[in-house]
Amino acid sequence: MKNIKVLGTGCANCKTTLKLIEDAAKTNGMAIALEKVEDLQQIMSYGVMSTPGVVIDGKVVHAGGVPDRSKIEGWLASPD
Amino acid sequence: MTFPGTRLPLRYPRVFLPLAAAAWLALYQSLAPISEHAMSLLPVDRTSRLGGALQFFLYDTPKVLLLLAGIVFVMGMVNSYFTPERTRALLAGRHEGVGNVLAATLGIVTPFCSCSAVPLFIGFVQAGVPLGVTFSFLISAPMVNEVALTLLFALFGWKIAALYLGLGLTVAIVAGYIIGRLKMEAHLEDWVRNMPHIQAGGVNNELGLPERIQAGFASVREIVGKVWPYILAGIAIGAGIHGYVPQDYLASFMGRDAWWSVPLAVLIGVPMYTNAAGIIPIVEALLSKGAALGTVLAFMMSVIALSLPEMIILRKVLKLRLIVTFVGVVATGILVVGYVFNLVL
Repeated sequence: MKNIKVLGTGCANCKTTLKLIEDAAKTNGMAIALEKVEDLQQIMSYGVMSTPGVVIDGKVVHAGGVPDRSKIEGWLASPD
Repeated sequence: MTFPGTRLPLRYPRVFLPLAAAAWLALYQSLAPISEHAMSLLPVDRTSRLGGALQFFLYDTPKVLLLLAGIVFVMGMVNSYFTPERTRALLAGRHEGVGNVLAATLGIVTPFCSCSAVPLFIGFVQAGVPLGVTFSFLISAPMVNEVALTLLFALFGWKIAALYLGLGLTVAIVAGYIIGRLKMEAHLEDWVRNMPHIQAGGVNNELGLPERIQAGFASVREIVGKVWPYILAGIAIGAGIHGYVPQDYLASFMGRDAWWSVPLAVLIGVPMYTNAAGIIPIVEALLSKGAALGTVLAFMMSVIALSLPEMIILRKVLKLRLIVTFVGVVATGILVVGYVFNLVL
């Protein structure tokens, strides 16, 4: 199971990103552990400078702006 | 991409760009006759108050939105060259002075969202960008942006837009320089100072033209999608002021003879928060009713550049004294801009 974290201090884009990932996982029938990280120190420990950031299994795959649907599908489809 | 017909731009970018530019220009040129025509279809006398307000609304709305979409698209492409990571690498290790100028200038072209202000701030400081240089960026990025400049250009012409650009940059450069001179590094929150120093590396994201076009579309969707209600509301309020507030009504308390109007405008503007899109159509209407340009620009700058929500977020990384200094220095800069404008024009 993939562990996906969305980094963001609670702006609208972060919420959208979270929802997009949730929806994509649901349509694909995938079980994921989705987590929202709002604590600044924690966000900064991943070294991202623009939010929302997306971390999959400890690796930053995206930073800044809402990711494309196709990009999200790609993350979900990639092997563990 | 969900846009219809996106095959062409992605497969033949060099064909798409000139075609799109030509189509855009043709549409822009035909706005005035179209809005004239729409006006003539309405059963309203255009010399009446309602008529004046309607005409303003019908002409300005499509004009502003079209101009905005065009410029946001181009800026979206330009932005894709200036990621925050690259900007940081350009600024790391710069000295004050040159660094401030560079930071303020990069603030125009680096994509910036106020919700990312804090991560960006920490990222810069962590990589050894001097505090004052970081502030120059942080002041210029929200204040001098493509939305503000486009609206100023659409509603007031290029001279005012250029003046705003020049003065906005000056405030960002000088304010950042002063904050740097004050040596306030000790007033960063402790956990920020204790973060490990990192090397600002170049990030490898060489994109091709099709990806940049995609980035342009994405930013149109994101920015125009977000600001259009503000613009409509702003233009509607502006149209109301146009039609119903008597000429020169505002001259007595927002005119250039009222010396206290500039500080008052800044004072009112700081706690207010809206983006450039919402405020500029109102500003245009205020101006046409006799408010002085300097006063109005000072109001606008303080609304956009200094906002209470941003201060609250920044409080997580800056101690109170540094925030107060930041607000004080920027507000003073804006004040000077307001007075200089009122004096010169």
